[in-house]
Order: sequence, then structure tokens, then C-alpha cells
Amino acid sequence: MIGIGHFLVVSAILVVLGVLGIAFNRRNIIVILMSVELMLLAVNLNLVAFSATLGDLTGQVFAMFVLTVAAAEAAIGLAILVIYFRSRGTIAVDDVRQMHG
Amino acid sequence: MIQAVIFYMLAAVVIASAVMVISARNPVHSVLWLILAFFNAAGLFLVAGAEFLAMILVIVYVGAVAVLFLFVVMMLDIDFARLRAGVVRNLPLGMLLGMTLVVELVLVAGAWQFGDLALVSRADPVAARPGLTNTEALGVLLYTDYVLFFQVAGLILLTAMIGAIVLTHRTRGGVRRQSAAAQARRTPGEAVALERPQVGAGVRTDEGVQ
Repeated sequence: MIGIGHFLVVSAILVVLGVLGIAFNRRNIIVILMSVELMLLAVNLNLVAFSATLGDLTGQVFAMFVLTVAAAEAAIGLAILVIYFRSRGTIAVDDVRQMHG
Repeated sequence: MIQAVIFYMLAAVVIASAVMVISARNPVHSVLWLILAFFNAAGLFLVAGAEFLAMILVIVYVGAVAVLFLFVVMMLDIDFARLRAGVVRNLPLGMLLGMTLVVELVLVAGAWQFGDLALVSRADPVAARPGLTNTEALGVLLYTDYVLFFQVAGLILLTAMIGAIVLTHRTRGGVRRQSAAAQARRTPGEAVALERPQVGAGVRTDEGVQ
């Protein structure tokens, strides 16, 4: 039988993979954004698993709000990425120290 | 039994595709693996009984966010080989970080498993209305208790939309646009000229002799 522990393990692995993605690809900001999406997915998985276990739908409502904020974050992040690439011609995050528009 | 088989299959594919997301050489492949991960996570949501969230995940993430990623990756002309140069250098730090996180999460899971966490304060807001599907129950909850948060979520999305448009919009010079007002203001007096040219002489206009 599948319990909440299985879901917790899967989402823990997903969070670790997201952190590793940020640590490995420190120059490529697109992969960093995708890693953040993976971590938010793990958060949602946790919320849904706890919601199902406790029989409380509030967790799913909260997961929906997390999804909303994640979509907004992706849109804004990619917009910033596009204007950064337009002004600098690269997306290497090492160079973001000087942030003049 | 069948639930366990499906869960392990979906979980394995989710984790494998997450590994591929962070290790793929080409970011386009990364986005495609991310889409696979989202599909299988939606399957996991279905296993947990959250049907509405599973569909939302497919529609919002696969349909909008992942396609947005794909669009940006393909639109920007980036030398990705140079961007991956630091991966080997970051390997020890990344492994350290990952190991630390794994140990912490295992400790937390152990505390959950063997500890005595109090779960008495659960709300159970839909138990009073049995027979509702997951989507109906979520709607009942969302439009009554959480309607303010729902509106705020809409405002967040509106802000993100306006912000993205304002950030990426630029006015180009040298573009000729149609001006309906100028066209409507034109009168026959300034648009038409009657000429009676000499035979063989032509009419001199702004564009030359015709």
C-alpha cells in the first residue's frame, strides 16, 4: 500500500535534484529556473500527499496557489532573462554583478 | 497492488527525468525532460486523488510554462557549450550540498515516522458534504473560505502579465504604421489634383516626371 512516506521520499529526491541543478549549472540561468520549477513541483507533491492523508482539502487549495505563484515567477523570470540577453548578449549568471540596464 | 505498481512507475520516471533535466547538455532537451517530469507528477497527483490539480498541472505547466521555457530557449541565440564550462568545477560543492540535504530530509522523515506528531488539528472541510468529486469539493472550498486568496492569486497573475509585457516591450524606430485618423482627415482638396498636361510633357510630381 502506498502511504505518505512514499510521496515524501519522492518529493525529497526532487528537491535535492533541484538544489543539485542550481549548484551544477551555476552559469546557465535557464536550467536554474527549471530547477526552481522542480523544487516547487516537489512542494506541491508534499502538499497533495498530506492533503490526501489528512483528508483535508486545504492542502490542495494551497498547492493551487503555489502553482499560480510558480507560473507568475516563471513568466517574470523569463522576461528578465530576455531583456538581460538583449542588453548583454549572454545569459551567464557570473556576469550579473554589474546590473546596469 | 496496482496502485503501488503505478506509483513506483510514475515516481521512477519523475526522478529519472528530473535527473535528465539538470544533466542534459542541451537546454531544449532539458525542457522536454521537464515536460515528461510534469506529466508523471500529474500521474502521481492522480494516485493521491487530486484530480483537479493533476489536470491543472498538465494545462498550466506543460501547456504554458514549459512552452514558455521552450520559446525562450529557442529564441535566444546562446552558446551553451561555454555555459557548461563550470559544471565540473562545481561538482564537489554540489555533491556536498546534495548530501547535506539528503541527510536532513532523512532525519525529518525519521522524525515523522517514529515521532509523535500531533495531527489532531485537521480541518476536514469537505467531510460534511459526501458524494462530491474532487473538483467540486475544491470549488466549494475555493469560492467560500478562500475567495479572498483566490482574488489575490488573480491579482498576482495580472501583475506578472503586466510586468512581463512592460519588461519585454520595446518601441522600434523606423516602422510605418497605419494612422486611421490621418486617413479620415484627408479631403479631396489635398488628395486629388487635376492637371492638363501638354502632349508628351508629362506631369511633374514629388516622385518625378510621369
